[in-house]
Amino acid sequence: MGLRKVAIVGAGLTKFHRYAQETPKELAYEATKMALDSCEMTLDDIDSVCLGTAPDAFDGVHMKGEYLSDGAGGFRKPYMRHFVGGGTGVMSPIHGWFHVASGMFDTCLVVAEEKMSSAFPHPAGAFLTIFDHTTEQPLYPTLIWIFAIEMHRFMHKYGYTKKDIAQVAVKNKANALFHPSAQLGAKITVEDVLNSEVMAYPVNRMDISPTSDGAAAIVLASEEVARRVTEKPIWIDGIGYCLDSAYWCNRDLYYPDYVEIAARQAYEMAGIKEPSKEIHIAEPYDPFTYKELHHIEGLMLCKRGESVKMLLDGVTQRDGNLPCCPSGGALGVGNPIAATGLMKIIEIFLQLREEAGERQVPGQPTCGLAQAWGDLMQVGTVVVMRS
Amino acid sequence: MLDADLIAKTATKLSLKEIQEGKVLSVKDKPNLKYAWDNGVAIGRYLAELKEGRIIGKKCHSCKRVLVPPRLFCELCWRPTDEWTYVQDTGTILTFVISHVNWDASRVKRGQRYHTPAVIELDGAGKDQGILHLIDEIDPKDIKIGQKVQAVWKKPEERTGSITDIKYFRVIKK
Amino acid sequence: MALTERLQETTQVGYWTGAIPLEYVYTCGRAGEAYYRNLMNKGTFLGARCEKCQITYVPPRIYCERCFDRLEDHYVEVPPTGSVHTFTVLYRNLDGSKKEEPLVMALIALDGADGGVVHCLGEIKPDEVFIGLPVEAALKPKNQRKGGITDIKYFKPAK
Repeated sequence: MGLRKVAIVGAGLTKFHRYAQETPKELAYEATKMALDSCEMTLDDIDSVCLGTAPDAFDGVHMKGEYLSDGAGGFRKPYMRHFVGGGTGVMSPIHGWFHVASGMFDTCLVVAEEKMSSAFPHPAGAFLTIFDHTTEQPLYPTLIWIFAIEMHRFMHKYGYTKKDIAQVAVKNKANALFHPSAQLGAKITVEDVLNSEVMAYPVNRMDISPTSDGAAAIVLASEEVARRVTEKPIWIDGIGYCLDSAYWCNRDLYYPDYVEIAARQAYEMAGIKEPSKEIHIAEPYDPFTYKELHHIEGLMLCKRGESVKMLLDGVTQRDGNLPCCPSGGALGVGNPIAATGLMKIIEIFLQLREEAGERQVPGQPTCGLAQAWGDLMQVGTVVVMRS
Repeated sequence: MLDADLIAKTATKLSLKEIQEGKVLSVKDKPNLKYAWDNGVAIGRYLAELKEGRIIGKKCHSCKRVLVPPRLFCELCWRPTDEWTYVQDTGTILTFVISHVNWDASRVKRGQRYHTPAVIELDGAGKDQGILHLIDEIDPKDIKIGQKVQAVWKKPEERTGSITDIKYFRVIKK
Repeated sequence: MALTERLQETTQVGYWTGAIPLEYVYTCGRAGEAYYRNLMNKGTFLGARCEKCQITYVPPRIYCERCFDRLEDHYVEVPPTGSVHTFTVLYRNLDGSKKEEPLVMALIALDGADGGVVHCLGEIKPDEVFIGLPVEAALKPKNQRKGGITDIKYFKPAK
C-alpha cells in the first residue's frame, strides 16, 4: 500500500470515577504524562497530536478539542480532534495511525478524555438531542430506550434470555477487580443482575456500564523510532471504520452491519482470513451486557446466533480460547465515553507485551482486537494489533 | 505495566454530596440554548400531512422503499427520491421497551404508567421501515413483538402539525 | 427533480423549536481549587512557576503547557498589582439593552506573572483608561468572598 508500519510504544490511563475533582484538562494531562513517561519520551519527541472526546455537551465546554489541547500535549503542535460518539476511543488510534503511516510524522500522541459528571441533571439528558429534533424528540426519548429496543430485538431473533446475557456483567466486573483504573470491579452473580432495578425492560441497572470521568493516552511511532524506544513495539496491523445512517428505525437492529464492514476492512489489511482462530484476545465495546455479544457476532468471531453459546461454554473467559474484555470492559472499569475505547486498545497493548499483571491472558497471545461503537447505533471502529 | 499507585493519584474521587455542599469549589451555569430548526421541504410536508391525519412518505424506485419520514434523497441509493406516497396508519411492532426512566434519568413516579416506546413497521413502507412512537391502551406486560397496531390520532382541531398528532399506537385485537 | 423543488409561498416555510435543557457544574480542578481558596482566604493571587521555561502562569496549572513538567509543587504567590495590557469599553448588555453606565473590560498583565487576567475596571472613567495604566485588585470583604473570580470586584488605578 506504500504506507509505513506504525507501532504503539507507550500508554497511560487515569483512574475512572463517577465524579472527579480534576478539570478535563487535568485529566488529559495525567494520562498523557503517564504515556510519555512510560516510554521515556518528552513533548519535544512528539510530532503531532490526535485527540478524541465525545459530545461537548458532556463537559459543557464548547469546542472541547481546542480547550483540551494543551493538557493533551498539543501546545503549538499539529493537532486534530475526531469524534464518533462511543466509537471515538478506537477511532483515536486509527486517526493517529494515518498521521504516522502516511510518512507525514514520525510520532503521534493519541489522547482520549471525557468528563461526564459536569452535566446536570444527568449526562443521559445530553442524548435528548441525538434524536431527530422534529420527528423523535417530541416523544421525549432517552438513550436507554434505544439500547433496550436493540437488546429486545437481538433477544427476540435468537431466543436469548436475560439470564444468559447477565453472565457478561458477571464476567467483566470480576475481570475488572484486577484493573487499577476500575470504577466498578466486583464479584456479582446472575441473580444480582436480574434483581437490580429495571431501567427500561429488558435493561436492568447492572446491565449498564457507569457514567465516568477519565482519560487515556498512547504514543504511536514509526518503525524506526519504535525500535529505538522499546523492545516490545505492538504493531497496528489492521484498521477499519464504518458509519451507518442516523435513520436507525430503518434497519433491523439485531445485527450491526456497520461493525462487520469495519471488521472486514481491518481483517483484510491485517491478512486475517479466519478471525475466530487468528484473533487471540478481543476487547469488544460493552457499554451494555448484550452489546458485547452483539459485537462479537458483528466482528464475525463466531457465527450469527452463537455468541451466547460461546459465553456459556466459557470461551470468552480470561482462560478460555478467545478471552473477551479481559480488562473488565466498560461494565467493570468504567465508561468515560471516548476514553473507554482507548482503554481497550491499551489493554490489548499490555496483554500482547505480557504486561497485564493479574489480568494476563495465558498462552502468549500475539494477535488482539479492540472495537468500539456509538452514535445512534451507527458506527463501528476496529483495530487489529500484533506483537 | 500499569502502576496502580501512580494511577490512584491521577484522579480525585468526589461524591455528589461533596460538590453540592461546596466541599470543593465549583461554578454553576445554565446555558440558554434555544433552537429553531427549519423543517425543509420533506419534513414540512410530513408535518402538514400529520395535521390532516395522514402519514406520507417518499418512494425510491431504486431500492423500492417508501421512506418515512420522507427525504428528498435516498441515503442508500444516493439519488433524489421519486413520488410522494401515503402509507397506512397501521403497522407491526418490530421491537419495544418498557421504560421505568424519563429522558433525564429520573424514575417514573409511582402510579404513573411506564413508557412503552416501540419501533413500528408501517404498512406500505416496506420491510424494516419503521418509525419510533409510543404504545398505549394495553398493559405493558401484554405487549409482544409482531403485534399489529393502529394509530390513535388527536381530534382534528387539536392537531398542530407534529409527530404527537398521533397520540400513540394501540394493539389491534383480533 | 426533488432537489430543485422550490417552496412557492413563504407561509410554507415551517420550523420546529426546541432547546438543549442541560445545566452544568464545573469543578475548579486541583489547581483551580488552590487558586480560588487562596483568593478567598488570603486575598492574594497564586501562580505556578516553571523554572525550565522561566514562565509563571496565573491562574496556576498543574502542568507547564510547553515542557509538560508537573508544576503542582511549584505554586508561588504573585502580587495583586499589574497594568492594563489592552481594554475595551462596553455599552450594551448581553440581551442588547443599553447599559446604564459604560463598563471597561481589560486584560491586566499581572506583576510577576506571564500573561494576565481579564476583569473589569472600577473607580475610573472610560476616557481616563490607557494602555499601561498601573492597577491593583479591589477585593470584596473576606466574609463576602465565595471562592470565585467575582471575589475580585474590579481592578482600580494603583495608588
